[in-house]
Amino acid sequence: MAKIKYIEFNGTEHEADVANGLSVMEGAIQNDIPGIDADCGGGMSCATCHVYINDDEWFKKLPEKEMGEDDMLDQAFEPKSNSRLSCQLIVSDDLDGLTVHMPEKQV
Amino acid sequence: MIKTDVVIIGAGPTGLFCAHQLGIIGLRCEIVDNLDKIGGQCIELYPDKPIYDIPAVPKCTGEELTNNLIEQIKPFNFNFHLSDRVQELKNENNKWLVKTLNGKEFETPNIVIAGGVGSFEPRKFPTKSAEKYDGKSVLYSIKDKTIFKDKSVVIFGGGDSALDWAIELSNSSRVTLVHRRDEFRGAPASVQKIKELSDNKTINLITKYSIKDVKGNGSLESVEIKSESGESKVIKADYVLGFFGLIMQLGPIAEWGLNLDKKTIPVNTENFETNKKGIFAIGDICTYPGKLKLILSGFHEGALAARGCFKYARPDEKYRFEFTTASSTIKDRLGVKE
Ligand SMILES: Cc1cc2nc3c(=O)[nH]c(=O)nc-3n(C[C@H](O)[C@H](O)[C@H](O)COP(=O)(O)OP(=O)(O)OC[C@H]3O[C@@H](n4cnc5c(N)ncnc54)[C@H](O)[C@@H]3O)c2cc1C
Ligand code: FES
Repeated sequence: MAKIKYIEFNGTEHEADVANGLSVMEGAIQNDIPGIDADCGGGMSCATCHVYINDDEWFKKLPEKEMGEDDMLDQAFEPKSNSRLSCQLIVSDDLDGLTVHMPEKQV
Repeated sequence: MIKTDVVIIGAGPTGLFCAHQLGIIGLRCEIVDNLDKIGGQCIELYPDKPIYDIPAVPKCTGEELTNNLIEQIKPFNFNFHLSDRVQELKNENNKWLVKTLNGKEFETPNIVIAGGVGSFEPRKFPTKSAEKYDGKSVLYSIKDKTIFKDKSVVIFGGGDSALDWAIELSNSSRVTLVHRRDEFRGAPASVQKIKELSDNKTINLITKYSIKDVKGNGSLESVEIKSESGESKVIKADYVLGFFGLIMQLGPIAEWGLNLDKKTIPVNTENFETNKKGIFAIGDICTYPGKLKLILSGFHEGALAARGCFKYARPDEKYRFEFTTASSTIKDRLGVKE
């Protein structure tokens, strides 16, 4: 289990306890946290679960991107070098305390 | 005005198989899709990728699945209305009036929404200033490449469309290609070609930059780009092209009063009817407890929705359950000779 903080573009903060094995995207959807659309349901084919990891230490600590994640991020709204797809971030105890920032919009 | 038993919105796998089920039970339908081709996500997003979980088909690509579904409904000769989007649904005297963007009108007792996650549209630039030039000098697809002759063209993107057009237009225009990172997702041969064209200065290649602003006075003059560390550059531009792939926009479906739940339409699983009589929703767009966004679920949903349509299309007849293997009526409809 990990406590994840989700911060909307307008600054509204949400916190959720997300069970190990779920994705950071699923943590948001199951807790009705706005700002992550996840149109493809986690299939890495929509780029509407895009988040920024503003803390550089955390960005480095996350599991590396798999093949295809950056290609999908090219198609996201305003991708940056600290962008991730939240459906690819699988929660474990190691992610306790992670903060993700949502972009202005997903589509 | 086209009169029919059912209007199907969306020609993805779910809409196609529902059409088959309608044909089998003797109903007519018209199918509308805003893409210029049949097949929905399977044809637009993964035509070459193999699918492994279609019942009794161990392996087939998105394109093969689509072609087989088209083949399966051929006997019914249903009409497709492609490159057109359903905009408006209106109820009059217990019939639905359906209007499309291109001005087509249908009258029908039943509508089946098989709209997936919505209609595919190109992802546009995030910059507000680009909207003013949209369709004129800021473009997301190319219909007539002759307009770029001897012009300065700035292309954004790192996939095949961006690379292919950069290569093609470099013959007759001054091309700048801008991409947000050093790696490209296009075909290796195109990436190689772009590097060569950049080395011999045929094109101006700029990576790790993205769009900041477009500028002009009536007509477009330049585009400003920025790096993440805050540097910016201004490039002369007559045209700016963006190729960031497709996004799915729910679009008009959101305005039809269907009690949307997170971009999906709640349905009754007995017949996949929505909160409105005669409007059904199947495939990725519908939701109910336990819903799986899989093609096989869409097939089942389409079969039940088709039976639901029968009641309103043939109010004086009783639907009779029949097997395709045994029924001579069905075989007649399929044009099968024995
Ligand atoms: C990369 C990828 C891999 C996948 N792999 C599998 C797999 O292995 N197995 C599996 O079962 N599923 C897979 N899927 C999911 C599968 O493709 C979808 O479940 C399926 O396409 C849904 O079909 P559909 O007919 O409901 O919608 P779609 O295929 O999305 O088609 C909907 C159509 O409706 C049109 N439309 C929407 N609104 C309107 C409107 N207002 N007017 C006119 N037209 C409209 C759209 O343009 C679109 O063509 C995959 C998806 C992706 C992206
Ligand atoms: S949910 Fe679609 S890419 Fe993450």
